Amino acid sequence: MEAFLLQLAAGIATGGIYASVALAIVMIYQATHHVNFAQGEMATLSTFIALTMIQAGLPYWMAFAGTLVVSFIMGALVERLIMRPVQHAPILTHVGVYIGMLLIIGNMTGWVFGYTIQMFPSPFEGGKPMLGGLFSAHQLGSVAVTLAVLILVYLFFTKTSLGLAMRAAAYNPRSARLVGIRVDVMLALGWGLAAAIGSVAGMMVAPIVFLDPNMMLGILLYAFAGALLGGIDNPPGAVMGGFLVGVLENLAGAYIVGTDLKLTVALVIIIGVLVLKPSGLFGRVVFTRV
Amino acid sequence: MNASPARFLLVVVGLAAALAPLWALESFHLFQLTLAVIMSLAVLGLNIVTGYNGQISLGHGAFFAIGAYVTSILMVQADWSFYATLPFAAAICGMVGYAVGLPALRLGGLYLALVTFSLAVAVPQLLKHKALEAWTGGVQGLFLMKPDPPRWLTSLLPLNADQYMYLNVLIVSGICFLLAWNLIRGRIGRALMATRDHPTAAEAMGMDIAALKTGAFAVSAMITGVAGALSAVAVEFVAPDSFTFLLSITFFVGMVVGGVASILGSIFGGLFVLFVPNIAESISRAAPGVIYGMILIVFLFVLPEGFAGLVRRILARLSPRGN
Repeated sequence: MEAFLLQLAAGIATGGIYASVALAIVMIYQATHHVNFAQGEMATLSTFIALTMIQAGLPYWMAFAGTLVVSFIMGALVERLIMRPVQHAPILTHVGVYIGMLLIIGNMTGWVFGYTIQMFPSPFEGGKPMLGGLFSAHQLGSVAVTLAVLILVYLFFTKTSLGLAMRAAAYNPRSARLVGIRVDVMLALGWGLAAAIGSVAGMMVAPIVFLDPNMMLGILLYAFAGALLGGIDNPPGAVMGGFLVGVLENLAGAYIVGTDLKLTVALVIIIGVLVLKPSGLFGRVVFTRV
Repeated sequence: MNASPARFLLVVVGLAAALAPLWALESFHLFQLTLAVIMSLAVLGLNIVTGYNGQISLGHGAFFAIGAYVTSILMVQADWSFYATLPFAAAICGMVGYAVGLPALRLGGLYLALVTFSLAVAVPQLLKHKALEAWTGGVQGLFLMKPDPPRWLTSLLPLNADQYMYLNVLIVSGICFLLAWNLIRGRIGRALMATRDHPTAAEAMGMDIAALKTGAFAVSAMITGVAGALSAVAVEFVAPDSFTFLLSITFFVGMVVGGVASILGSIFGGLFVLFVPNIAESISRAAPGVIYGMILIVFLFVLPEGFAGLVRRILARLSPRGN
């Protein structure tokens, strides 16, 4: 029982990470109805930027805020410079561009910052394990950060007019434009926000898995799985999905398939969700008119 | 169609160009060219399902890996001859492709890309798994031998093992390309493209969309699997880490750069993915990935039809109008 609870706690902690990447994916999906394959690489780059700032002597939270800003600008720029010209191209082109970005950003990161595995500091250092010895301070802290981001995003989308405008721009660009929403600005904003959320995930996961240019590959898959499980058009659902995938992955790793098939668990979840319940657990069922 | 002397000449020149490297190139370059032909074949497989049928796959490395492993396991563990393993590898890959095609039926564009992408990422882990270790050799992989040229052939034509391998690869790939070309220009090919361009209209015309899509996946996996089988023997080694998700991405890049939905483009694509990384590496050690990505994006921006489209445009410019 003790061991089971420990596995469960570890699952919730890693689930928090997946939840924040899943949230970033859903953000892009909300803004553009696309899934960005380069999300993980962008988050890794952000984390390296944060590390550079910290090594330059900035206090942690200053570096954290700085990274959010830089990531936001990076995301918006990617939309402006790379995605905008192919906005109306077929899906194959979009997938190709995502793959291209994945290659460029991933390799650039390795080129500039090196391939050695690096330590990344946690803002929640020290202290004994908490809540009956189940969680480390960092695990609890990162879950708290994920939930805080979720609440902020939720409030942004439901309570602010800018959030409403963004949803409108994604849902029906033409009508949105007619009522005076600047759809292209909304798209750039969506990409910026997603990059910022992704950078939070990167900074929270790096102390656990250590920082190297390929850090996010596996995480991205789990996040996809989480986003799909929760429903790709539903931010709170995606976060729930992320946590669920974290727990499932850990329990399956501990009791069923062993650690060397963990990625396959993600694959099975993705296929399972898409085939059995494509809208996810909490998503809206969408009908297509022919 | 016109079976003009020009076309006949083209075939002769093409054959000569394909056979000349046998004697013109030294061992290492011939080996590289062998790999390039294999890559072209793999890209051709991808092109059938993604280019002609519009189902985006980022996981064709998985089929390549299965083909390579089936051949290696049969050759190493069961002592089969290389030729006998090829139909087997093709059949098994075809079946796996059909099985992957079934859930793919329910998934549109981006989701299918996502699922196949995760398949590509999971492949090395699956190959390393302990339950398969007795067959696959686990992390160490398997070593095998190139077939030696038979006595009757060497008495006619002095060939070493490398030259013989190139010849084998050339013949097998040639057959696959010919079959694919026949498939594409016929009724089924047009049905595949109709399904890609307007599924509703295609269905209204009485086409069985489900059968076409799963069939396309099966044929595509079969061709890429044969390429994998050839590569295992040409390299004389298979190991899980040769089949990372980057391999699948390589095929995808080859398809886009060579030309989506183009048989000729597949050949360009194969040559591109084999030789350009080498050239890029000579510019900067860390650069290949970056240059690769940039070339991919630049092509999508300025030349979405790839090399094949460029060639077609130039030919159209050169040929007299209204013909």
